Amino acid sequence: MSVAIKLRGCGKTWPGGTVALHPLDLDIAAGETLVLLGPSGCGKTTLLRLIAGLELPDAGGQVLFDGEDVTRLPIERRNVGMVFQSYALFPNMDVAGNIGYGLRVRGIPRAEVARRVDEMLEMTRLTEFARRRVDALSGGQRQRVALARAIAPRPRVLLLDEPLSALDARLREELRQEIDALLRSLGITAIYVTHDQAEAMALSDRICAMERGRIAQIGTGRDLYHRPANDFVAGFVGDTNRLGEELVRPEQLALHPSAEGEWTVQRATFLGPFVRVKLRDAAGRELMVDMPDLATPAPGARVEVRRRGPA
Amino acid sequence: MSDRLRAALLIAPALAVFGAFFLIPLGQLAVAGGAGGYTTILTEPRYLRSLGVTLLVAALTTAITLGIATAVGLFLARNRFPGRGTLLALLTLPLAFPGVVVGYLVIMLAGRQGLVSEISMALGGERIVFAYSLAGLLLGYVYFSIPRTLLTVIAAAEKLDPRLEEAARSLGASPLGVLRDVLLPGLSPALTAAGAICFATATGAFGTAFALASRIDVLPMVIYTEFTLQANLAVAAALSFLLGLATWAVLALARGASGGAAG
Amino acid sequence: MGFWTGLGFTLLISAFLILPVLVSVLPGITANQFEGLSSGLTTRWLREVWANYGGTVLLSLQIALSTLVITLLVGVPAAYVLARHAGVTARLVEEALVMPVAVPGIATALGLILAYGAVGDLRASWLFILVGHVVFCLPFMVRAVLAVLLSMDLKGLEEAARACGASWPQRFLGVILPNIAGGMLAGSLMVVTLSLGEFNMTLLLHTPFTRTLPVGLADAYTALRTEMASAYTLIFFVLIVPLLSAMQWAAGRADRVGAVR
Repeated sequence: MSVAIKLRGCGKTWPGGTVALHPLDLDIAAGETLVLLGPSGCGKTTLLRLIAGLELPDAGGQVLFDGEDVTRLPIERRNVGMVFQSYALFPNMDVAGNIGYGLRVRGIPRAEVARRVDEMLEMTRLTEFARRRVDALSGGQRQRVALARAIAPRPRVLLLDEPLSALDARLREELRQEIDALLRSLGITAIYVTHDQAEAMALSDRICAMERGRIAQIGTGRDLYHRPANDFVAGFVGDTNRLGEELVRPEQLALHPSAEGEWTVQRATFLGPFVRVKLRDAAGRELMVDMPDLATPAPGARVEVRRRGPA
Repeated sequence: MSDRLRAALLIAPALAVFGAFFLIPLGQLAVAGGAGGYTTILTEPRYLRSLGVTLLVAALTTAITLGIATAVGLFLARNRFPGRGTLLALLTLPLAFPGVVVGYLVIMLAGRQGLVSEISMALGGERIVFAYSLAGLLLGYVYFSIPRTLLTVIAAAEKLDPRLEEAARSLGASPLGVLRDVLLPGLSPALTAAGAICFATATGAFGTAFALASRIDVLPMVIYTEFTLQANLAVAAALSFLLGLATWAVLALARGASGGAAG
Repeated sequence: MGFWTGLGFTLLISAFLILPVLVSVLPGITANQFEGLSSGLTTRWLREVWANYGGTVLLSLQIALSTLVITLLVGVPAAYVLARHAGVTARLVEEALVMPVAVPGIATALGLILAYGAVGDLRASWLFILVGHVVFCLPFMVRAVLAVLLSMDLKGLEEAARACGASWPQRFLGVILPNIAGGMLAGSLMVVTLSLGEFNMTLLLHTPFTRTLPVGLADAYTALRTEMASAYTLIFFVLIVPLLSAMQWAAGRADRVGAVR
């Protein structure tokens, strides 16, 4: 059921002349979860909407599903499932009505719709809310309704546009795990847009980092973290220290108190799981080191810095 | 079907109604006045006098209505008490009373056998009758202008940030200072919008003057008389077109001034 | 302004708006208006008015309902297009569509007579009045529906429906219409109320065979005795006051729903 997606020369220029997306190629394997990661305005949502069929690429661009050219096929005939940032649940329908909508508009017999809706309600643990109005649901419940509505018609591709950004941190973590489990069990091709690098790392098979309408790097989370293609990617997926030509993450360094150490502790900030220590040397260079909250050095202490084991 | 084509098809009926039954008639109206019609209006003093009276009535109506609606609107927006909902319902009930009925209400209030007249007689005084004068006309115009204006003022007053008033008071402003420096400036877009609607409606109002058979020659009455009794089509058309142009311009200007708040 | 001063003034204004209504309808149900209520209540005036003017009431209802149907069919699609398009053209069209409200009815009516007064039998038909009412009422329907469309996430809902596979008719009927029902209701109440009370245009557009309720009222005010005029006014209020109350209720409901969302 899931398809491989190819984009060929897909760019997008808005009527005013703003270039949202420079022409790009992208290959997504069947069953893969690809995360589009980047700051707001980087073109990730535009790219998702091109794949969805909500936007038409500039002339010459092509969207292929399993080799079939779907560029001119509007979203309603593309058989994709989509979860929107605002959820966009239909206020005039209850939970079950929302979930069954995609089946009903396809003309599927009522009994079968009911069966599939029950199945989705159970999968998303919403059975007891089936007849609830959608404006009487919590944020997390709305999110699950949106997800169930998108996958109920068994789409070829699942598209998620910042689906967790409206939720608070705890709920976000919980639902992220649920979505992850769901995507694994469905084996569906999924494209997931986010600006949250932790979400991207946790959910993705591969991450496509985007910057100003271009793809900055595509690879696994480890690739992007340990071998970022440029400073933008390095900075976006975590904090970095620059040691000569080399980028080193703060947690890859360790401190050792030493009277002859070349670094002086400026400030140690307790952040819960670890302490971030800011150092400075005689030349004014700065360095960040993350360490457990054990024997945290006081400001003014002199230390040596060494690399921890190989990355 | 492309989005553009669908949009065009969906809006076509509305544009057809607008074009056929508003634009074309108004065009005919503009032309029917002819050079003669417009010249007559500008040269005959009674038309200019009627224009002056109409604008005066509209301006007075607007001023009185805004004063009443601001006082009542601020009171209702800032106080919660039992019966407030009922009061609001009573105050906005005449929202769409036709002018002709309002004219009758004025007659029954201030006419020869009206309430005011009976009371003044009963008190041993003279029979007070003012329905057919400028005061009666104003009474009617203010009557049908209050509900709509009030709704606009209340909506705007409830949107005012109460912290602004608290800030002004914390800085030592007197109640009058708060009204002058915080409340009225905050309400001014809504007051401009409501005032413009009030003014335009009063300029074009016809039913009340008709029912009162008033001695006041407001422009719509003159148009009606010229058309039906004198069969003076050119003058009636020219007056109508200018009246329409004027009310539309007042509303358009106010909408520009109030940043789109005017309806 | 103290609370009591404010309340006193507000009560005074309420009395100014409501008292004339009561004073005006009372003679219509009083046996002898000079003796007052002590002379007893009667339906005599109401029956006499109905016998002479019942036709105006029915014609007004017929015109109001026809106006409603047309403004719904024409206005709702127009509001949808205006809500979906942000460009300059759409704003100009919107400005044009609401223009008939800004122009006095007597001017529009005169224009209609000049343009179509000589076309076939139109001038003698009730349809001529209907045309005027549709022109005047359409902006109110468009605005009421447009306000609701702009307050909801129209684009998002429509994209969500498309993502579920819904064609345009499916999403218009299944998603958009049910969610703008409140605006359509508010617009409908406004349109019927305005049409029932429309006088400024209708006085010029009517003929002796197409007299509406307000035209009949104007006639009664100049020609009939007070009891009859009052009874006739009472009949009008019986029609219009429930509509106005329903309008207040619908507006209150819209506020509450808006606050929840």
